[in-house]
Order: sequence, then structure tokens, then C-alpha cells
Amino acid sequence: MAIALEGANPLGPSGNLPRRKRVDRAMRASATGAALLAVAVLIIVIASIVGKGASALSLDFFTKAPPLDGAGGGILPEIVGTGLIVGLATAFALPIGILIALFLNEFASPRVAYPIRLALDLLNGLPSIVIAVFVYGLLVIGSGQKGVDGSIALAIIMVPLIARSTQEVLRLVPQSQRDASLALGMSRWRTTLGIVLPACLSGIITGAVLAIARAAGETAPLLLTTSFFNPNQGTTANLFGQAIPNIPMEIFTQLDQASPADHARAWGSALVLVALILLVSVTARVLLARSRRKMQR
Amino acid sequence: MDEITQREDSAATPLMAPLAVSARDTSSPTSREVVFDMRDLNVYYGETLALRGVNMQIYKNVITAMIGPSGCGKSTFVRSLNRMNDSIAGFHVTGQALYHGHDIYGSGVDPVEVRRRIGMVFQRPNPFPKSIFDNIAWAPRILGMRANLNERIEKALRGAALWDEVKDRLKQSALGLSGGQQQRLCIARAIAIEPDVLLLDEPASALDPISTASIEELMHTLKREYTLVIVTHNMQQAARVAERTAFFSLDVTDGKRTGVLVEYDDTEKLFTRPADKRTEDYVTGRFG
Repeated sequence: MAIALEGANPLGPSGNLPRRKRVDRAMRASATGAALLAVAVLIIVIASIVGKGASALSLDFFTKAPPLDGAGGGILPEIVGTGLIVGLATAFALPIGILIALFLNEFASPRVAYPIRLALDLLNGLPSIVIAVFVYGLLVIGSGQKGVDGSIALAIIMVPLIARSTQEVLRLVPQSQRDASLALGMSRWRTTLGIVLPACLSGIITGAVLAIARAAGETAPLLLTTSFFNPNQGTTANLFGQAIPNIPMEIFTQLDQASPADHARAWGSALVLVALILLVSVTARVLLARSRRKMQR
Repeated sequence: MDEITQREDSAATPLMAPLAVSARDTSSPTSREVVFDMRDLNVYYGETLALRGVNMQIYKNVITAMIGPSGCGKSTFVRSLNRMNDSIAGFHVTGQALYHGHDIYGSGVDPVEVRRRIGMVFQRPNPFPKSIFDNIAWAPRILGMRANLNERIEKALRGAALWDEVKDRLKQSALGLSGGQQQRLCIARAIAIEPDVLLLDEPASALDPISTASIEELMHTLKREYTLVIVTHNMQQAARVAERTAFFSLDVTDGKRTGVLVEYDDTEKLFTRPADKRTEDYVTGRFG
């Protein structure tokens, strides 16, 4: 039965269109509102960090060690320490995460892949304090805290993240690309290495950057593995011999202190941490865009 | 390989006109060397029999076309010739698929070696997201053919009738080429490693008529050096291009659909005096 046209205007609203329009407007408003709320929260957090921490920033802040007492000094050892610990964790986690993803996506049969995927998801869901306790019990007890123990703990947190995001982009590479390579008499692993991986490099880097951002801010693992350090020792790279100064621990301990100068330093450290993560993210994207532009000349 | 004079696309041969006699090799196809010999080949996907009892011989430097309605197993058959179906779960064959006398599914045969000699061009052009040069150079470099790489690339591009169009932009991305150019790039990529056989799975079905005509013309030149097997759903293309044609169809018994090779003969005979009624019905358009 054809639609009954209302009166003079054949294109006027029909049936329950007014109600559907109201629902549509309401849904769009709530979706937009939720998005604005998320952005607002982010702005508030960034604004408060910048507001409270900017006062602590100075050239000294980036170049000197913490002062013996009172104000002044900086967090250079902590910056270097965080860089080293997270850097080492990435060096552990990136190859392992990518290889796991490659295995799951390119080489494993569904029967083998399923339990491994499950294990990765469970690992992903482990609270970081639990991972910290595990590493503490395994590596720290008996031999004392070491920076590398912190890296290992962070790597355990990063591996499922990298594996998951790498898997997602591997799946996006069309089978036709693999077919083309196989049809040229190339072996499976050569296809993976030469065609599949390069094709999803940008996705892998995005996943890695997200994992780095997550790891750089994790405090619980560092609390148990690399928190007892002599505050006066200055910058050190001795990851394998001792606990290394790092920014999350610095924030933690400084906020615990009574003096407002220490609090200011804590906020400043937080600001530096956020800025460092942003720097890593932007650098990765710039490098990626540059290499992509080379391809499109 | 001879240099191919680049023809303007606007002067393309009318699609239905037969090629000049000089372009056709006049010796009988069946007097040439046998490259593939299928003996009672059955192709299974798990429990399902996809192709039954294929017996055919494919000859050297001849273009052999596989025609037939959709879903009758032509692509399955051709993909079985270079073990591209190996990665499909449950795929296995019985019978023999002899390549120069050796069963390509024999024990101890490495599929990678099979595909090294039997290349494939796919229905949709699939260039790598690399430069034109790197697309072609990638496999030869890995195979150790590093000497005279530039000459090898040029020869491959000339062989695919693409050199003149891209010689000034070899370092640009292959993805910037048109569909027809991309497909010719895929052909160049395949012949750069000097295979023995080239399988083409509906190579022009995703292309416009002008590109289709240039690919068909290309095939006549390629067959001088390679053996070509093409799958096409376009009967007229088979008539234009192939010396031998195989007609596949579906056999429906007990509700099960199995692909069978109905008739395999010289193209001219298959289209004008087919031996099997099913072939006659198909080529006259009574079913498709």
C-alpha cells in the first residue's frame, strides 16, 4: 500500500516522523555532549598541571639534580632515568610484541592462536601492582632494586598492548598483497618481513607510542623495583646495578613532603612527564609522515 | 625480447577483430613440448570435491584459456597449478599434476620453488605500496639477481609494454598508476624473475576496454618466451587470445556441485565445432 500523502504538501512529514526527529536530535546532542565532556576533562587536567607546574620550570629544572634541601635544583637525573627505564622497556617489549602479533596473525592455526590470544588479554588486564609484586618477588628480593627490573615490569605491561595493536593493523593488510608476494616465489616469512610489516608500519608505531605513553606513567612497578635511590647521587645510567631516579617516583615522593617548594617540583615533574610523552608521540608521527611523503613523490 | 613499439591507446584494435595472421604462430599447438600434464586430478576443499577428474595437457609457448560459468572451478584449477591454494584450510588433491614430468604436489616439493617457476597475475592489480622500480626489483634482489638490476627492470617493463610510460618516474609510487598500468606493472613484476609459466586469473576483468586490449596484445608477445594459462569469463577474449581453450562446467549430482572439465581443444574447433553439447550451449550463449 502506497504511503498516504498528507493534504497539499506531498513531501510533508509523515507518520511518526516528528517523534523520530526528536529522538535523532536527542541522540546527536548526547553524543556531542559526551565528546565535549571528554575534551573538557582533558583540558582541565592539562590546564591544572600546566598552571601548577609551570612555576617550577626553569632552565635549572632541566639541567640540575634535586637540591639537598629547600627550593632550587632540578630533575635532570629523573628525566634521564625515566628515559632509560622506558627506553629499555621498549627495547624489550617492541620486538616481542610484534613477533607475537606476527605469529598469531600470519603463522598460527586458529586452534593454537586462541589460547595465546586469551593469555594476552588476561595479561593486559593484570593490575600493574600485581605485575610489580611478581617482578619484585622474582628479581628484586635478594639482589636489591635495579633499574632494569623496572624496565622488565614495564615491558610486561607493554607487550600485550603492542601485540594487540600490531595484530589489528596486520589484519588490515589485504590478502592480495601476500598473494602477490607468494606468487613471485617468496617464502612466507619473507613476505611478512618485506611486504606485510612495512605496509602496516604506521599502525605499529602508533601502537608502540601508546604503549610507551602508558608505561612512562606507571608508578606501581617502579615503586617496587627502582625507588630506593640516593637522592644525591646525580644522573646515572647504571640500570643494571642499582635503582635509577625516575619521574613518577619523584612526583610521588615530592608530594609526600611538607614544603610547598617540593609540591611545586612535583607538579613541574608531572608537566615534564606529560610533555615528554607528547614529544615522543609527535616525533614518531613526524618521522612517519616524512617517510610516507617520500613514497608519494 | 623484442622492443615493443608503444601504440597510442586511441588507435586500439577494434575488440572483436581477429588478429593479423602474422601475429599468430602457425605451427600446431599440440606439437609443442608438454609443460603441464594433469592426470585424473581431483581437487578437494575438506570433504567437498571442487574439481573432478581433470585430464589435460598444456603446451609450451601456447596461450591456453579456461572458460566456463561462475563457480565451476576454473580459478581453483589454475591456482592449483602453482600451489596457491595451499594456504586454504582443508585443501588437498588426488591424482597427479605433472610439471615437466614432476608432480608439483609430490612429497618433498617446496611450494616456494613451484611458484618461482610458475608465476601468477591476479584479477585485481595488486602492486606493492613501493615505488615502480622497487615493485619489480624486490623479488630479484632477494633471489640474488643483483647484477644488472637496472637492465633487468627495463627489460621487464619493456616486456610488459610499460617502459615508455614510466621510464621517467621509476621512483614514484606504483599506486599512482592507472588500473591498466598497474596490471601491466604486475605482469612486469612477474616476468622480472624469469619464470617458466605465467598464470593469469581474469587479468583484464577489472580493467576498462582499452587497457584490456593492450593486455591482450601483450599476451601475444609474452607467449614467445613464456607459457600462458589464462582464466576468463569472457568467451570473446578466449577466442581472441588463446590457441587452446578448456571449457569447465558444473556437474550437479545428488545436490552436490562439482566442477568438471567438459572439453579441451584448439580454440577454433571449440568455438565452431564443439564436440560436447554443453560446450555448444555455453559458447552459443544458451546459458552463462
